[in-house]
Amino acid sequence: MRYLPKSPADREAMLKALGLRSVDDLFAPVPAEYRLNRDLKIPRQMAESEIMDYFRQRSRENGEGYMSFLGAGAYLHYRPVIIDSLISRGEFLTAYTPYQAEISQGTLQSIFEFQTMICELTGMEVANASMYDGSTAAAEAVMMAVRLTGRRSVVVARSLHPEYREVLATYATHQDMPLSVANFGGDGRLNLHELENSVSSETAAVLIQSPNFFGTIEDAAAVADIAHKNGALLVVSIAEAVSLGIVEPPRDAAIIAMEAQSFGVPLGFGGPYCGVIATREKFVRQMPGRLVGQTVDKQGRRGFVLTLATREQHIRREKATSNICTNQALVALMVNIFMTVYGKVGLKELAKQNLAKTAYAAGQFARHGKVLFSDAPRFNEFVVETSEDPAAINSRLLGHKIVGGLPLKKFYPELGNAALWCCTEMTTRSAIDTAVGLVAESERSVKSAKEEAEEVAR
Amino acid sequence: MKDMIRKATRHVNQNEGLIFEKSSTGKAAWKLPPLDVPEIDASKLLGSTERKDLGNMPEVSEIEIIRHFTRLSTWNYAIDLGMYPLGSCTMKYNPRVNEAVARVEGIANGHPYQPEKISQGALQILKTLSDCLIEITGMDAITLQPAAGAHGELTGLLLVRAYHHSKGKPRKKVLIPDSAHGTNPATAAMVGYAVENLKSDARGMVDISALAAQMNEEVAALMLTNPNTLGIFEQDIYKIADILHARGGLLYMDGANMNALVGKVRPGDFGVDLMHLNLHKTFSTPHGGGGPGSGPVAVKKFLEAFLPKPVVVTKPDGTLGFDYNRPQSVGRVRAFYGNFGMFVRALAYIQANGPEGLRQTTEDAVLNANYIRKGLEGAYDLPYSTPNMHEVVFSDKLQAKKGVRTMDIAKRLIDYGFHPYTTAFPLIVPGAMMIEPTESESIEEMDLFIDAMKSIAEEVEQDPQTVLDAPHSTRVSRLDETAAARKPVLRWKPTA
Repeated sequence: MRYLPKSPADREAMLKALGLRSVDDLFAPVPAEYRLNRDLKIPRQMAESEIMDYFRQRSRENGEGYMSFLGAGAYLHYRPVIIDSLISRGEFLTAYTPYQAEISQGTLQSIFEFQTMICELTGMEVANASMYDGSTAAAEAVMMAVRLTGRRSVVVARSLHPEYREVLATYATHQDMPLSVANFGGDGRLNLHELENSVSSETAAVLIQSPNFFGTIEDAAAVADIAHKNGALLVVSIAEAVSLGIVEPPRDAAIIAMEAQSFGVPLGFGGPYCGVIATREKFVRQMPGRLVGQTVDKQGRRGFVLTLATREQHIRREKATSNICTNQALVALMVNIFMTVYGKVGLKELAKQNLAKTAYAAGQFARHGKVLFSDAPRFNEFVVETSEDPAAINSRLLGHKIVGGLPLKKFYPELGNAALWCCTEMTTRSAIDTAVGLVAESERSVKSAKEEAEEVAR
Repeated sequence: MKDMIRKATRHVNQNEGLIFEKSSTGKAAWKLPPLDVPEIDASKLLGSTERKDLGNMPEVSEIEIIRHFTRLSTWNYAIDLGMYPLGSCTMKYNPRVNEAVARVEGIANGHPYQPEKISQGALQILKTLSDCLIEITGMDAITLQPAAGAHGELTGLLLVRAYHHSKGKPRKKVLIPDSAHGTNPATAAMVGYAVENLKSDARGMVDISALAAQMNEEVAALMLTNPNTLGIFEQDIYKIADILHARGGLLYMDGANMNALVGKVRPGDFGVDLMHLNLHKTFSTPHGGGGPGSGPVAVKKFLEAFLPKPVVVTKPDGTLGFDYNRPQSVGRVRAFYGNFGMFVRALAYIQANGPEGLRQTTEDAVLNANYIRKGLEGAYDLPYSTPNMHEVVFSDKLQAKKGVRTMDIAKRLIDYGFHPYTTAFPLIVPGAMMIEPTESESIEEMDLFIDAMKSIAEEVEQDPQTVLDAPHSTRVSRLDETAAARKPVLRWKPTA
């Protein structure tokens, strides 16, 4: 086996040194009746070239070469090539969690920079080293708010990503955390009137997403007012990190739970991504996840260490703030490099291109179909309602090697034939025009079919 | 002794500040293509929600970024540099073909919501990996959704809870051995279970009579790591399973040490009801400085209905798809389908090994740990004489007499060119030194390690201060962790 650095003679010599006759002696502690005395029924050993071929084939069966209008919590942005050059360095790729600070300063300093940039972008004072993803970060942020307030119930915006809501529901099940849902209004944003009625003196947190699942930017300040009037905390989930280049962060939030996938992380069929929690300094001791802090060595030189570990499971066990151990460190490094490449000016320009493509696309769709929730500002997603089932339009679009918007019926039955479309800097005008053309065609044929039917009826 | 160090030689490495300290207005590492749609006025579109300023985000050029991160990287130790004997962490070789296949276009860029019709490649990977892991563990069904080992534990206990709930008998507590990882009790608390400690016996195994005494109808499950954190296979595993099952409890196996078993013995064959795997340990996906991981949970048939949704199914037309209609499911534990990129790598690893490669890998891992044990016996105290599998736990008992503790020896190992072993864990061994070489080490590398450890033991006798002050060869000496926690500085700020 090519990964194993031993010759048969090496193994013989080692067994001899141990005074053993065969390798089976090493497994003597395993009761004989449980030992597997056959080969595992798995694929045979393959050469590297065969493995490459296998995955290239799977790639061809997996949407290779399609232009896509899908977003909904997973966004296609350009990834500068230096991200992979740098994260492929073995010293980053094959290192463990930086518990031994003296030989982990590279990882530690890069996390410290990551934490700093997340703070700058979110307007928060502290950020952790990462969480699994945006959905679990949101759930953990809400649990943190429960600990901070000593209250238990939580109000969740229905405009939060439906799968994030499902994850939160799973986490809340056995924690005595009653969840209630507040619906969205005609502009696609959280219905503030409904929120007022849902929030009470029992409410620990109000959880919203902004830009929300429909791409609409929530009025976080107004939501915060209602939460704060009742002594509750505002928790904001941000699933499209690029929005932070041009959209004000929710500065009234107590906790921000992010999905940073947009910052240089491949779509990868849903993961690995990069969650992160940011909050105020005064709340840090209830924060889950690893934190890197600056300190000095014996000679007074600057260095970095994992810190405030008494929040964590390996110290506090069942009293820890979370059970999280392994996080998404290498993905956070991708995010870190991406933020460094675009920086102060680039992130803004990048966000602006997203805004421009989306404004153009929404405008074009509005000429032929109905674009919902247009009364509120949006970032790079919008909802198009068609007369025909969007799944049918999408299957025709597939013929043009285009993946259309996400039909919303599954998550929001009342939205009927609506679909969520996303444009990023990667979306071409010609793809937009093709998609709009097919939607227009669909509208025309539905209309003429209707007219024909009316004619017949007459 | 320092002149005897054979593995490493000191060499110059570059200084490097924080990226913010290199920033100046007008530098850039990015370039966007020209817009093919009309320009927009952001303030008109966004109104008061428009952001005007990005604060202290850096402005630097590409060469500075390359040098910055390359310099930082050289300050890290890594598997690619040498033996990384962290017990319980399984720091084995991370094959590069895994990285190559994860970056193939359709695999790297597949969108989780793209139609199933054009997702057959990804679905096939999910299905094939699931089938392999089910066969390797001897279980009946699996979910790949959990993002790491601790997340797998959470999923597992949610399944336990759902199962007991379906039986109409809500139970209250989970038994956890005193040698367990901290994630076990932390997880039990998140699922609303009380934690009850289970003590180990003189052999370092579960105390069967204590288990029998503590087991009752309030106990939902036992969370057992096997081999346990001492590297010892729980020989009475069938008795343990029987005691639990007789009172309706479930046996949960923490699969952190599954690399000691693959191809040799299957948990599903020795009474385990459900377990998690760490793809970033046993199946070679890179640790990456602390993640991403992946923690699939494999279960016996009677728990299948409770698995997180969606699950991959073969449809009547022979294609693969997701089934969301799972009324008994515990729900979702993560958006989308899990850390897919790690599934790709784990499957590539399984393919590169095949049945004989996986078995040989396990045998070599156990052989290596025993070789280290033999090499260090006498120089260090071995608290449990029970035979070990893939890792061995010594203690600093002999060295503590000179005031030198496990962490000091660990720091001194750095000067000898090695990453330390795991210190002070498991908790049942005072001053623990937990060593796991994995299968990836040659005799030569292990001999260097054994020499280094023996040399340090001699130093402790002759010149303990050298060990107490270690490391001597790193960029920074021991860092003030107390100060870091007392007055936390968790981000850079510009000097006023």
